[in-house]
Formats: sequence, C-alpha cells, structure tokens
Amino acid sequence: PRPDPTLHTTKTGGVIFVQDNRISIWSVGDLGNVGLNGEYQGEPQLLCDIRHNGDVMDMQFLDQERIVVASSTGTVTVFHHHQNNQTLSANQRWEKAHSHVDQDTSCGGAACTGVICNNPEIVTVGEDGRINLFRADQKDAVRTIDNADSSTLHAVTFLRTTEILTVNSIGQLKIWDLRQQRNEPSQIFSLTGDRVPLHCVDRHPNQQHVVATGGQDGMLSVWDIRQGTMPVSLLNAHEAEMWEVHFHPSNPDHLFTCSEDGSLWHWDTSTDVAEKPSFLHQGGRSTTYFSHNTINQSVVSAWLSNDPTKDRMEITNLIPNQTLSVNSLDILGPCLVYGTDAEAIYVNRQLFA
Amino acid sequence: CHLQQPGGSSICTGDGGPSPSRVFVVRKDQDIYIQTLRKLFNESHGIFIGLQRSEEELAGKSRKAQLVQVSKNYRSVIRACMEDMHQAASNNYQNSISIWEISKLVCKSAGPLLLRLLDWVRLHVCDVDNMVREVLSSENPSKHELFWNVVDVFVLQGRMDEARHLLAKEASANPTSVNMYKTLDDLMKKMPVPSLGNTQTLTEMELKWQHWHEECQRYLQDGTFASNSHMESICKILLGDEDAILEKKELLATWYQFLVTRLLYSHPTVKPMELRFYAQSSMDLFLGGESSPEPLDTILMAAFEFEMHQVIKECSIALSNWWFVAHLTDLLDHCKLLQSHNLYFGSNMREFLLLEYASGLFSHHSLWQLGVDYFDHCPEYGRVYLELHIERIPLNTEQKALKVLRICEQRQMHEQVRSICKIMAMKALRNNRLGSALSWSIRAKDAAFATLISDRFLKDYCERGCFSDLDLIDNLGPSMLLSDRLTFLGKYREFHRLYGEKRFSEAAKLLLMLMTAHIAPCSFWMTLLTDALPLLEQKEVIFSAEQTYELMRCLEDLTAGKSDKQKFQDDDVETMKVEMLRLALARNLARVIVKEGTLEGS
Repeated sequence: PRPDPTLHTTKTGGVIFVQDNRISIWSVGDLGNVGLNGEYQGEPQLLCDIRHNGDVMDMQFLDQERIVVASSTGTVTVFHHHQNNQTLSANQRWEKAHSHVDQDTSCGGAACTGVICNNPEIVTVGEDGRINLFRADQKDAVRTIDNADSSTLHAVTFLRTTEILTVNSIGQLKIWDLRQQRNEPSQIFSLTGDRVPLHCVDRHPNQQHVVATGGQDGMLSVWDIRQGTMPVSLLNAHEAEMWEVHFHPSNPDHLFTCSEDGSLWHWDTSTDVAEKPSFLHQGGRSTTYFSHNTINQSVVSAWLSNDPTKDRMEITNLIPNQTLSVNSLDILGPCLVYGTDAEAIYVNRQLFA
Repeated sequence: CHLQQPGGSSICTGDGGPSPSRVFVVRKDQDIYIQTLRKLFNESHGIFIGLQRSEEELAGKSRKAQLVQVSKNYRSVIRACMEDMHQAASNNYQNSISIWEISKLVCKSAGPLLLRLLDWVRLHVCDVDNMVREVLSSENPSKHELFWNVVDVFVLQGRMDEARHLLAKEASANPTSVNMYKTLDDLMKKMPVPSLGNTQTLTEMELKWQHWHEECQRYLQDGTFASNSHMESICKILLGDEDAILEKKELLATWYQFLVTRLLYSHPTVKPMELRFYAQSSMDLFLGGESSPEPLDTILMAAFEFEMHQVIKECSIALSNWWFVAHLTDLLDHCKLLQSHNLYFGSNMREFLLLEYASGLFSHHSLWQLGVDYFDHCPEYGRVYLELHIERIPLNTEQKALKVLRICEQRQMHEQVRSICKIMAMKALRNNRLGSALSWSIRAKDAAFATLISDRFLKDYCERGCFSDLDLIDNLGPSMLLSDRLTFLGKYREFHRLYGEKRFSEAAKLLLMLMTAHIAPCSFWMTLLTDALPLLEQKEVIFSAEQTYELMRCLEDLTAGKSDKQKFQDDDVETMKVEMLRLALARNLARVIVKEGTLEGS
C-alpha cells in the first residue's frame, strides 16, 4: 500500500507514522504496560493527525515539536505538533522543492525521496537528482545543487555537521561538502561489480568513518570512508530491496534492516556472550552465526572487520510470519517500531529484554 | 430495472421495454474506499494467505481444528470491523457474522446440532441484550415492568439457569406462590438437554425427554399454574406449544430464533439433515404471510438447507462487495464442502469469486498489493488477470514502480518487467535524467534502450564538446557491457581521460582499437579520427607505423564508403578535415618510418 508507514521515533517516545496520506502522531504509552513476552499490552493511541498531499516518502523530527516531511509531489513541509492541545499544523512549506527542470517537456513530477535534519538545517534529495539545503526559518532555500546527480538520489544523511552522504540509483555513495561552493561531490564511492541502486544509508553513531548502505538486491554494504572507494564488506541479506538501514543510536553494535521481502533483520556484532541481549521472542525465525567468536573487539569497529573467522555476527529475523514489505523502521532505546504494506504498525518495547 | 454488479460498477438501466436510448450510470464501488473496511481487507488477506499456505501441512482432525480456527479468525476481523463502523452501517456485517457462523455450524459434524444452534442464537442474535441489562441492573428486578419479558427471553433461548435465578428473586418476593415457583423451577432444572460428550445414547435422551414432557403436561392440565398467566405461558413454551411461543414474537425478533426455540422444546435431538423441514415451516409460521423474506432470510434458509451454492449466490446478490462471498467460498472449498462444478467460462466458483474480489482491489491506489496474493492462488486465470492488471497500476513514484517490478520479477513476468522499465526509462529520458534512465535499462537488461541512452550522451557530446554526467559515465562498471553503444561510450570517455592524464600512447592504442574492433559506430569515426589529430601533431611520435597504416585505412574506408553524390554535398569543412587528416597521417608516417628505421644508440 501507499508507500506505507515511514516512521520516526522522538526522544519522548511518541511515534509518528502515516496512514492514508495523513500524518498521525500516536502515543505508545509508558513502560509499565508490558506483557510477559515484551509485547506492548495496550494499543497505541492516536493523538492527532493532519492531511498530507501526496505520499509520504520520508520524514524526520527537526526538534521536539517540529517534523519535516518529504512528499511524492516534490514538496517539503514542516509540521508543528502542538503538545498542549494535541494538534498538528503545517508550519512551513517548500513547494516544488523537487521537480524536473524543464517544465515544458517534463513528464510527471519528481518525488522528494529523502530528508535529514540537523536543527536548524534541513537537507532534502529527490528523483530530480537535486540537493536542497533549507533552514527552518527561511522561506527560500539556502542552497540548491541542481543536477547533483544524473540519477535518482534515494537517501541522504549527515556525515559531519557540514558534510552529507547521498546514495543514488547507480550504486554510488557520494560525500558532499556543503561549505564548498562548487557543485561537485568531494568524494565518490561505488559498489564493485554491478551498479545496483542503493536505497538507504546510515552512519555509525560514534565512528564517523563507518557507513552502512542497503541496495536493491537486498545486500548490506559496509564502507570505511577513510580509505578506498569500495565497500569493506558485502553481506548477503534480504531477497529484495532493502528499504532502510539503521544503526542503533545508543548501542551501535546493533544494526537493523528492513526489506520489500517482508523481513526485518537484527544484526548483532556485540561480543560478550554473557551480556548478549536475548530478545528473541518466539525463538526468532532464522538465526545465522557466521563463526565462533574469539576475543578482541576493542576499538576497531566490529563492522569493519572483514575476517569472518574473527567475527561473530548474529542475525535474526524479527518477523515470524512475513507477508508484505516492511517499508520503514526506527529504533530508540529498547523500542523498535516498524510498518508494513499490510497497513499495520508494530511496536516492540522490549528489544533487549 | 436495476442491475448491480458487486465489487465493480453499478449499472442502472432505463425502465421498461425496447427503448432506443438508454442511460447508463456507472459508479465505482464505494466500499473499497471506506476507511474502516481497509482494516478488514488487510487482516482478512493475512488469514487468507495463512490458509492457502497451510494446505499441505496437516490432515484429518488437526486439519479440521485448523479450519475452525481460520473461521474464528475471520469472524473476529468481521467483528472488529463492525465495532469500528457506526451501528447503522454495520448491519451488513452483523448479518455477515450470522451467515458465517451458520455456514460453519452446519458444516461441522461434531456435537449435537441443537447445542450449537443455541450458542449461535445467544451470541449473534442479541437485540434483547439492552433490555436484559436494564432489568438485571435495576434495584428490584422482580418489580421491573419488563421482568417477565426477560424471563421469557431466557426461556426462549434455553438459558435455564439464568431464568431460574430470576424466578428465585420473584419467589422470595411472593411467599404465597412459593409452591408454584418451586414446581416450575424443578421442571426447568430437570429438563433434559443433549450433552456434549457421549454419556447417553439418543434413545436414552429421547426417553428421558418424553417423561419430562409428560410431567410438564400433567402440571399444566392440573392447573398448577392457573393463577399466574406468566408462569402458565412459560410452561406452555416448555411443552413446545407453537402458539405460546408465537405470542412472544417481539422477544424472538426473527424467524430463525423461533426455529431454534421450536426445536429446543419439540425436537431437541434434531439432526442437521432434518433442519430444512423445520426451517421452512418456521419461517412461514413466523412471518405469517405479513412480510416477505428479506435477503438475509433467504440466505439463512439456504444455509439451513445445506445449499451452499445457494448461500453463495444469494450473498452475492445481497451484499455490496465480493469480500464476504469470496472468503466464505474459499473456506468452504478448503473444507471440501463445495462440489466444484465448472462455471460456464471455465473457472470454478471459488476462483471466479476470488478473481472478482481481487480485481476490485486493484482499483485502489494501495490495496492492489493484496490483490496480487489473491490472484496467485487462482490456478487457472490468476496469472492472466495479474498480468493485465499490474501493467495498469499508475506509477507516480519510483518506489511504487520498484514494488511493482519486484512482484513481476518474482513471478517471471518478463514482458511486464520490460514494459514497466521502458516506461520508467522513457520518462527519465524525457526529464533528462540520463542516469535514472540507464538504471532502469540495466534492471530490465534492455540493450536497445541502453543504446538509445548512449546515443543521447554522444549527441550531447558532439553538440557541446564535453560530456555531461561524468559521474555516471566514469563509473559504468560491468553494466557497460549491456550494449555495444554503451561500451563505446565508456571506452570513449576513457580515451578522453587518458588523454587528459597525458598517457598518450595508451590513449592512442585505445582510440585505434575503438575503430578496428568496430566498437565505434561508423557515424562516429570521423569524430574519432579528428580526435586523433592532436595526437598526430604531438612533438613526440605516438602512433607507430603499423598504427598509422591502420588509421589511414580507416580514413579510406570512411571516404570510400561515401557515394559521389555525398562527396559533392560535403561542405568545405568536411573536405578540409579529410585533407588535414591525410596530411597529418602522411607526416606522421614519415616521422615514424625514420624513427623506427634509426638504430638506437648510434
């Protein structure tokens, strides 16, 4: 269904997702309401919602109260969540933030495919290959790089405060330095082999040189952007497009990916067996061990080690009965939220029970 | 006359006879667009898939238990849907539950039918709940004006314990008639009911019942209850007196409730096959010629008569979308209760209904994904339907196109893959997104389109003198091999790069190879030769003698290929170019012969 739920969790535990082209804010309650298996007991409560024009392609919280939403119409909107009376209002809108250049010959609109925020800056990318830099309080774009890419830009994330990472549909990862005026990427990385489109990107929360991307063939690639132009490791994961990849923000030995094939995988490179979180309710569908663990993880990121005999990575599919695509996920603390094409949202409050 | 096609469009025709002009009003099925139904569609989709997938796993008793569970699941989602909708609109679905349950009920064969019928009545036919609640929660129930109505309801529904409980309250309020109450209470307590386990045989049960019936009869004739009309009528009901039961028509509300009461008090050992006899007469007695049966009545009648096909047919007419009949038929089919007779156009009823339902889903901008799975489980025509529908889904974003493509690829629908990729690539090309266009061509392995894109790049180069989208051309990787033209483009760009890096001899070799290996299209040879000029003019000799001869041959091939007419049409620039090339090649040849002929170190 409608490029279904794109999710984002706030720091206060509210969750937003989209249903039927509306932006909705739901409360998932407090920790007290948890059942035996860690399943959330009560239903999420709808707090407020508002109509949205076009499909929601991506969204992010700008701050505690404002949400930036990317639309399939190419418009980027900032919504304000008024917590005192639980309403949503559209605060700021950039129409046609993404569109095809020559309006006369253009064929259809260009969707805005990705948005990332670093208050007060907002960066968006789209099917028109354009990168926009907005500021929440300014009506016009601060900077626009037209034709930054000859193909579609699928996702964007911040590398540092002044640098962003983008991925596109010809298998390239690019770094852009926003301080520089030239409209060229400062670095280009490509996949080896087939230039499979990349759909998502995320940076390791602590080690800024470690980047993960997900591709159309379901493969997870891990890159070290300090060296080389190729990924450090390629991991065969899903059987179809990987839509989102996220490092756990406070526990980055854990990575989560979701895919069109209906699965959501938890990748765990944490090493100490005794401490290993066992959140595997229902035993988990498929648990794969790459090899037995020896010691030695220390400072070198587990993600970059490409020696399979030294690593131990545990991969678990968190969805027992998969049917339709899992389009989006988000994690915060012990809470995992994801949405599927079956128009359903799932909340797991006890990831690491 | 009005013709309704559930699940698709509604067609109203003009009235009467052979009139030459008719007005057709076509309306899309609105149900699909009702918000609350989406949850129903999604959840039932999950149950449907689960049922199809479980086919091979179990057999026998466990299979039966599984099917019952599936039925219960469907029932829960219907109920959940009802709760979401307003009461008025939910009547349709209230009825659906009734029908669902009856169908399930008559199809099971375990346990006494009567008990199941009683359960059904209690759970689903509950118009009187409000009244019951009101009386029970009042201060002094026995003084409530509706008290006896509630007692009657309990008796009619066979809820003996609850009836006795209420009567006890009345008894304590009226000590004078204590004996009467005691007798009635006793009778109600002793009433034999068919038991779940096989603790008694049918004959035993019938014997007991006969005794009890006679006892009731005696008390009635003795006039034990003469002083209290309420209790007398209850006794009559216990005896199965049809008139007495019919007097309580408002409390019964429907003919099928009447049927169950009747059975309870006159034929408690009824078997499923006998239902039909009682069903028809019950309906006639109850309606009494005053009102005609509603669609629901007809459906239930068909169900009581085990005419499953009739049930489905009636439902199809009565209900406004295909959801109910499609899922019901599928479930019945899995229970092996439907004889599959082929319909006129080749597929059986189950498949026909599923196809109709799924087709309806495709008209929705996001529920179409559910439709795909339904088509998958229609063995005869599912695939064809899918092929036709999937190409017509509007692709307003790339992500949607990708989802559609994935579905096609998983089912080896190569035609559709090619077609969709071409559409997306063409759109991208029109929007000047050459990288996107190439990406779509690669996905479809469409060499022809890749050639088209390459030609576009080359054309741009010729016009502007430089390459656009270098990030793309420089990073083609293995996809370069998709089409010859694309390979040429990549290699040509490589030539420029080598030249830019001053790696002249490598550049020269590459340039020559592009022509001799026929990677370059003939139309481009002139450009390549012109590119060779600066290399020929370098201070240092780059092309070897061998290579120079090759170049000359290429030039001759090129000019020889032109007809005289073309040569005449060539403008000055062209002729000058050729002249310059000839000169440069000759000069290079001269230099290189000398160079190669010279002994080193002398």
